[in-house]
Amino acid sequence: MNLWQEYKRPTSVAEAVQDLASAAGPALPIAGGTDLMLDLRQGNHPPVHTLIDLTFIPEMSALELRGDELYVGAAVPVNQVALDPMVGTHAQALTEAANLIAGPQVRNTATLGGNVAHALPAADGTIALTALDAVAEVASALSGVEQSRSAGVETRRMPFTSLFLGPGKSAIDKTREIIVGFYLPTAGPHQASCFKRIMRPQGVALPILNCAVWLERDGDLVKDIHIAVGPGGSTPFRATEAESFLRGQPFHDETFARALDCLLDQAKFRTSARRASADYRRHIVGGLLRDVFDTAWKRAE
Amino acid sequence: MSTINLSVNGKQYSLESIPGETLSTLLRERLRLTGTKIGCEEAECGACTVLVDGQPMMSCVYPAERADGKAIVTIEGLAQRVHEEMKLHPLQEAFIEHGAVQCGFCIPGQILTAYALLKRNPNPDSADIRFALKDTLCRCAGYPSIENAIIAAAQALRTGEPVQKPTHIPDSIHEHKTVGHKFLRPEAVEKVTGEAIYTDDLKFDGMLYAKAKRAMIPHGFLKKLDISKAKALPGVVAILTAEDIPAEKNHGLVIFDWPVMVGINERVRYVGDAITIVAAETQDIAEQASALIEAEFDLQTVITNPVQARQEGVPQIHANGNLLKHIKVRKGDIDAGFASADVILEHTFHTPTTDHAFIEPECSIGVPLPDGRMEIYVGSQIPYQDRTQVARVMGWPEERVRVVGQLMGGGFGGKEDVMGQIHVAMLANVTQRPVKLLFDRHESLLVHPKRHATQIRVKLGAKKDGRIVAMETELYGDTGAYASLGEKVMTRATTHSAGPYDIEHVRADCYAMYTNNPPAGAFRGFGVTQSAFAVESMMDMLADTVGVDRVELRRMNALHVGSVTNTGQVLNESVGLTECIDRVDAEMRKHTANPFAPRVDSANPNLVRAWGFASAYKNTGLGGGAPDISGADVELYEDGTFQVRSSAAELGQGLVTVMRLTVAEEMAVAPDKVRVLVMDTDLTPNGGPTTASRQTFVTGNASRYAAKTLRDHITATMAEKFDVRPEQIRYEDGVVHVNGHSMTYAEIYKEMTSIGQQPKVRYEYEAPKTMPLGEGGDMHFAFSFGVQAAEVEVNKLTGEVRVLKVISANDVGMAVNPLGLQGQIEGGVMMGLGNCLTEEFIMDNGNVVTDHLARYRVPGIMLTPEITSIIVEHPISSGPYGAKGVGEICSIPTTPAITNAIYNAVGVRIFKTPVDQEMIARELWEREGVK
Repeated sequence: MNLWQEYKRPTSVAEAVQDLASAAGPALPIAGGTDLMLDLRQGNHPPVHTLIDLTFIPEMSALELRGDELYVGAAVPVNQVALDPMVGTHAQALTEAANLIAGPQVRNTATLGGNVAHALPAADGTIALTALDAVAEVASALSGVEQSRSAGVETRRMPFTSLFLGPGKSAIDKTREIIVGFYLPTAGPHQASCFKRIMRPQGVALPILNCAVWLERDGDLVKDIHIAVGPGGSTPFRATEAESFLRGQPFHDETFARALDCLLDQAKFRTSARRASADYRRHIVGGLLRDVFDTAWKRAE
Repeated sequence: MSTINLSVNGKQYSLESIPGETLSTLLRERLRLTGTKIGCEEAECGACTVLVDGQPMMSCVYPAERADGKAIVTIEGLAQRVHEEMKLHPLQEAFIEHGAVQCGFCIPGQILTAYALLKRNPNPDSADIRFALKDTLCRCAGYPSIENAIIAAAQALRTGEPVQKPTHIPDSIHEHKTVGHKFLRPEAVEKVTGEAIYTDDLKFDGMLYAKAKRAMIPHGFLKKLDISKAKALPGVVAILTAEDIPAEKNHGLVIFDWPVMVGINERVRYVGDAITIVAAETQDIAEQASALIEAEFDLQTVITNPVQARQEGVPQIHANGNLLKHIKVRKGDIDAGFASADVILEHTFHTPTTDHAFIEPECSIGVPLPDGRMEIYVGSQIPYQDRTQVARVMGWPEERVRVVGQLMGGGFGGKEDVMGQIHVAMLANVTQRPVKLLFDRHESLLVHPKRHATQIRVKLGAKKDGRIVAMETELYGDTGAYASLGEKVMTRATTHSAGPYDIEHVRADCYAMYTNNPPAGAFRGFGVTQSAFAVESMMDMLADTVGVDRVELRRMNALHVGSVTNTGQVLNESVGLTECIDRVDAEMRKHTANPFAPRVDSANPNLVRAWGFASAYKNTGLGGGAPDISGADVELYEDGTFQVRSSAAELGQGLVTVMRLTVAEEMAVAPDKVRVLVMDTDLTPNGGPTTASRQTFVTGNASRYAAKTLRDHITATMAEKFDVRPEQIRYEDGVVHVNGHSMTYAEIYKEMTSIGQQPKVRYEYEAPKTMPLGEGGDMHFAFSFGVQAAEVEVNKLTGEVRVLKVISANDVGMAVNPLGLQGQIEGGVMMGLGNCLTEEFIMDNGNVVTDHLARYRVPGIMLTPEITSIIVEHPISSGPYGAKGVGEICSIPTTPAITNAIYNAVGVRIFKTPVDQEMIARELWEREGVK
């Protein structure tokens, strides 16, 4: 059974959203396709008529500084993200996450856009972007004129966490919308980030727990902090209670313990069959968070 | 339709796009560049790796249309043909020299991934290599050799000097001219250039593509089958059901209990049972047709495990009930034994079903010949058995079938049963066209027999000083829906269940039970992998109970020359167990003076390290009274070269090298003067099954005696011609010395044929007779012994386990092929490590959960510990140059060595594999009373 009937290679975002709107049958954008191809082949995705390849669009493959933001196109291969020195400077958590996604061959095609569009609550790239407070740029065809070839494109910026509705449920309507790229704040002095994860060697290669921390340090005080933990809920989880507690606090064992209590109260750890129980996740999250926090803290010196 | 313009290996192509086509399909089917292999089609295994604009990519998930404007390099693009000679890339050369090439199926992906690495990093260290090769799986698992090869190639590329050969692999201590020295595989060059042909790489004119429809219910009766919609699909050429089976309805290796297809009102016993087979013009049509076939079942209660299968009142899966076999071992007086014991320990262990996960999925091609015969192209561990089984079902004399064995991308016991062979014969016969049946990974995981899941209870009685006086074991084995080799496997599990120890009183009972899970059969270790885990865990528990050192306890109880095994066999020679124990112990203590004590990491107190120790033994050969026979031909050709032939199978383990070296040794010629042909039932004599670590022994002996006999013929001819005594004829340096002058083999050929003598010998070797279980005497003609020590690091907080080092000593009698042996030992450790830490084939009420490679993880290079191999060579007089088997023993002690190390590190005893890190963490936090 053919996985698709028609394959489009648009070279601009406008063309891509138009192709999406005007396809002769069910259409989907494809970036890396490392997950989509499997879902289609294994029947986990309804059959698709048209695939719209996003990797020929320069805007979506760009990785550059834009003003005081770092822009990462949604179709940039994960490996390029992992190797990029600007990402290393401004978003080290993302570098670390990108280096851990799948294996090298898959990283050469897989993209951050795909990682995010899958809307998994513990995808490595997603958790890093959550802590880094990314903003997504989303494009769609101008409403009401989908059939017109000359119709324009509408883009909007969405806070990162608003992209997720539930496990595997994205706020992006893949039949008419495309994530174009991500904007990350550039790192100022005493700002740093870190990402780490815990795996188990059996079964699907998804982390049983991952964690990213971005923080700004003022001497021994935590000036600002973002903590993301996956899976800590049905969507990528920000430990906002722990963050509020820590903001302005000196960092030591006692404040960390209080912050961890806040996190454990707020997070909704669940049991995933054959991977990890909620108890286990609650037991190990402190060690992981401390490890990630310590690393980011040192980096922000 | 759009056009794809791409360059492949420097050549420009302009191709019409085909909807749904991947790059791998374009390369393999349209450009016939079949060096790009398909292992999973899930972007998991890396076999399909090609370079796209210099970057390694998985071509199985890469849309062909995306390759427009790109430059592709495949494995065929690395070597350059200079006149007739292949000029290999240093990576290709290094992979060969370092023995990194075994079955060869993953090698194109490994080499291309390494090539891209060296382009951006000409001087990679071990960490760089592991990072780059993380997801390029090798199931022969010669990861250390792969790493060494890449380092050697990098050096050659940087310096322009020749590729350095490995220096750490010793030759045999037994002195011979050729055997026991390092020589390369005969088929290594093809395997690194992509020219090696595996079954799916073959295409025949007019070939059809087949698909078997699987029941996909674990237990029930087939009530209705409607093939009308499928039949109406254009491109469908034939659809066959059970009604179309010409003769015998069942196949099987020992017991014919496995239906070729399940018919109406017949019983479905597992999800993988075939109910129809379709042949169509394309693979897509065959799959569509299969999906259009409608089946209805009357569902039955599912038997999910062997303990349940033995309970009263449960449904009986086969006419003879659910018990395949009750296996008994009796030695001494078990009650008296326990009565005399000072300590008695008793525990129960569980091991899961596991899958071979050879990277090459099953493929068969049936080709009807004009004379009515049928050729079957297949990678099979038992070509003659395939022939028998096909002929039985077709109702033909065996000679009407020719099995043409192809290179195999790994077997490990998983390619002994018939998979598509009979189905393609039936379809090819009906359509009179060639028919290919290729399993995808999903089908491979569902259908072929696995390693038995077991429950093993061990009760052990010992004296205060640690001497074991009684051992009682009770085993349950899940043999799944069909017998396959279940009885044999569980017999081996049972006879070896008291470990390699000299124990006066032994009693073992095993219940090999049918269930509605996928069948279980042969898998490297053949049941002993499971029972060794149980008994070796008990040994460590005994050591703690009586306060004796773990190594000393094993030494004191070890089998030795003069011991009597559990089955009443007196061991007269070749028992290198104590030397294995001593040498592993010494090597381990070089690293760590107090190896079994926990050592806490100074930087991270959560990390604790310790060593673990385990011993094992494993029979070589079929044993148990089965005649163990292999035939080999050796023939001298006009050009002075030889060919050695046997149907024994080459699955990557290196038998072809053993055969070549053996004949070269006997004829005193260079190994490259000997060609090897295997696995063809028309052209090669029956070498028997490639199982039970037997081929080096039996086909090695057959090749050796065939060569010796040929040499005797030559001697006789020359003695007569020159009128000298036979003793005056010497074979040396590729020539035959007679009376002061020497003759080349080309001259010998001329001489012999001129007087009407065929310089060709067939030798049928029969191994020493064995006795059936229960009758005492020699149940096996040889045993190999193995000892391993593993150093692990356990994270006390998360329970994560990392294996840092493994020391593996194996008594192989004699190392005929040291380079191949190294690969076997590395791979054995890695397969053992996977068995212990990563692998679990999961069923849910008879349905397969681990139905994709992504859900069944086999260890990659990242998990590879530092592996030290120690070769112990206590020769066995009946073996070729003293050799016995190694294929299985090198994998058996790994699991208990690791689990014992975990216990030594953090005090958590593993009773069930694979190791569950959450269980370790939980036990530790509950012990410390924290929540």
